[in-house]
Amino acid sequence: MSETLLELRNIKKSFGTTDVLNGIGLSISRGEFITFLGASGCGKTTTLRIIAGLEKPDEGQVLLEGRDVTYLEPHQRDVNTVFQNYALFPHMNVEANVGYGLKIRKVPKEEIKKRVSDMLKLVQLDGYEKRMPSELSGGQKQRVAIARALINSPKLLLLDEPLGALDLKLRRAMQTELKRLQKKLGITFLYITHDQEEAINMSDRIVVMREGKFEQIGTPDEIYNCPKTSYVADFVGNANIIEGIVRQAGEEEILVETEGQIVKAVSDPGVQAGDKISLAVRRENMKVCGDCEEGLEAVLKDKSFQAGQLHMTLNLNSGKEITVSRYGMDAPLSQGQKVRISWEPQHAVPVDIRREA
Amino acid sequence: MRKKWKWSNLYLGLLILLMYLPIVIVVVFSFNESRLSASFTGFSLKWYEALAADRDLKEALVNSIILGAASCLLSAVIGTLGAVGMARVKYKSKGMMEYLSTIPIMIPEIILGMVFLVFFSLLNLPFGMTTLILAHTTFCIPYIFMMVKARLVGIDKSLEEAALDLGATPVRAFFDITIPLIAPAILSGSLLAFAMSFDDVVISIFVNGPRLNTLPVKVYAQLKTGVTPEINALCTVILLVIVLVLGISALAGKKTHKSKDGE
Repeated sequence: MSETLLELRNIKKSFGTTDVLNGIGLSISRGEFITFLGASGCGKTTTLRIIAGLEKPDEGQVLLEGRDVTYLEPHQRDVNTVFQNYALFPHMNVEANVGYGLKIRKVPKEEIKKRVSDMLKLVQLDGYEKRMPSELSGGQKQRVAIARALINSPKLLLLDEPLGALDLKLRRAMQTELKRLQKKLGITFLYITHDQEEAINMSDRIVVMREGKFEQIGTPDEIYNCPKTSYVADFVGNANIIEGIVRQAGEEEILVETEGQIVKAVSDPGVQAGDKISLAVRRENMKVCGDCEEGLEAVLKDKSFQAGQLHMTLNLNSGKEITVSRYGMDAPLSQGQKVRISWEPQHAVPVDIRREA
Repeated sequence: MRKKWKWSNLYLGLLILLMYLPIVIVVVFSFNESRLSASFTGFSLKWYEALAADRDLKEALVNSIILGAASCLLSAVIGTLGAVGMARVKYKSKGMMEYLSTIPIMIPEIILGMVFLVFFSLLNLPFGMTTLILAHTTFCIPYIFMMVKARLVGIDKSLEEAALDLGATPVRAFFDITIPLIAPAILSGSLLAFAMSFDDVVISIFVNGPRLNTLPVKVYAQLKTGVTPEINALCTVILLVIVLVLGISALAGKKTHKSKDGE
């Protein structure tokens, strides 16, 4: 592993009686693009504010390059933030906004001018120096906010849902651009989002957060293909979660009893016969078949066509709802029809493994 | 298409007439040639000339301006700091504290004046400009406090945090970011405070002491000998000053709204 830049040690924080962070720990390497992914209220913004120094933890430590910065003020750390709502200074033009950090560091005026102009070129806003923030579009404001943070060459750049307010098309373009900037400058990015697509597209590592805890930490591939909990499988992969009991654990495959039937799933070293588990099967990996002999029995409840995909809602015998997606319209199935659902064993991942003591 | 007659227009007309007719009369008669205010006999500026020649009046005017400027400056600093400080703390009695700070507006002036009189006598303060400034500052603070407080609500907290994040000390962030953003509110609050101080009679009478007159107190004293055209002229001048000050204040307030939209 490369050198550690930032380390969080057992951070706890509560507001009033609500525990927001329940002892989280993590280390981030230099040059990494790491994303905190989670639903709103999971504590990801609080974590970021603690790293930035805008909030103090109740317990635990923040180490930047091995130095304890937990109780340092924001202006005493080499960390810069891109705020969710841009937070551009409305009474300053683009040049003054971007150059603000340098002005505080008493960099000579000529050099500020040059560096601001270089930075604006980098975010493709050259020629916008004299504009006021109110004259910029959302995407342009975002670029100014990024330029303003990056010009200080921080060791770590924190981005709090920076693309949240942009429309889908612009968001995709900015994702690519942010990734390009990060590669080019080699600055460590800590990125916060609730959008799993964004996280998967951009990150070297993803931290899935839930209720003030880290649910799973891993590469996008690990998080997407080998979720450890049903929450991760559902949140990141839109997977269907089917509960069952392991009847037989083999080398390659395991047999799981669910809905009164035996289904196959991929083997996991932690699974033994008798364990209660959940199977996570992503929507697009499920097959629905009208005249098959194998698979879980289900009734087709609803069909809808969205963004080039056909979504089918089905009910299993127990009443549990399952969603299946596939490309194209070709489903010769009608509502209320009895069908069977099946999948390849490697697409069913065991999660939430619980063993009776 | 003919506009429909509305009763509400009549009401509005009457209201404006009632409110502004007396003022218009005072202004018109300040240009009257005759000493009697029974009939308008011709246009003249002689009352203004008389006014300009009156040394007592000039002294009173200077006193009023010094008093207005000093108390509005003092209350601007105190009121702004109060509002900014209040916006940052979070404790249970905050609402009550805010209410308490605006109470001087609601206390009848006569009571406030009496209270000041008693209080300053207790302190053995010599009555004069000092006591006037103290009293006026006290009742001016709420205007600035309320204006700045309202403006602060519209300012995104993350702006100051962004400045801190970019390396500014809290003091620097306050002067670079917060002050410029609330400046229009401070300005319009101060002008309002100036106007309030400039035309105050009741409180001033209690605390001005035996030798010091402010302009409104002087007007009041002169009224005892009957309304002269000189007083009409004086009132017109005071009116003009107040209208000017309030006009600037309104313009400043408008600018506040504009910059708010820009965020």
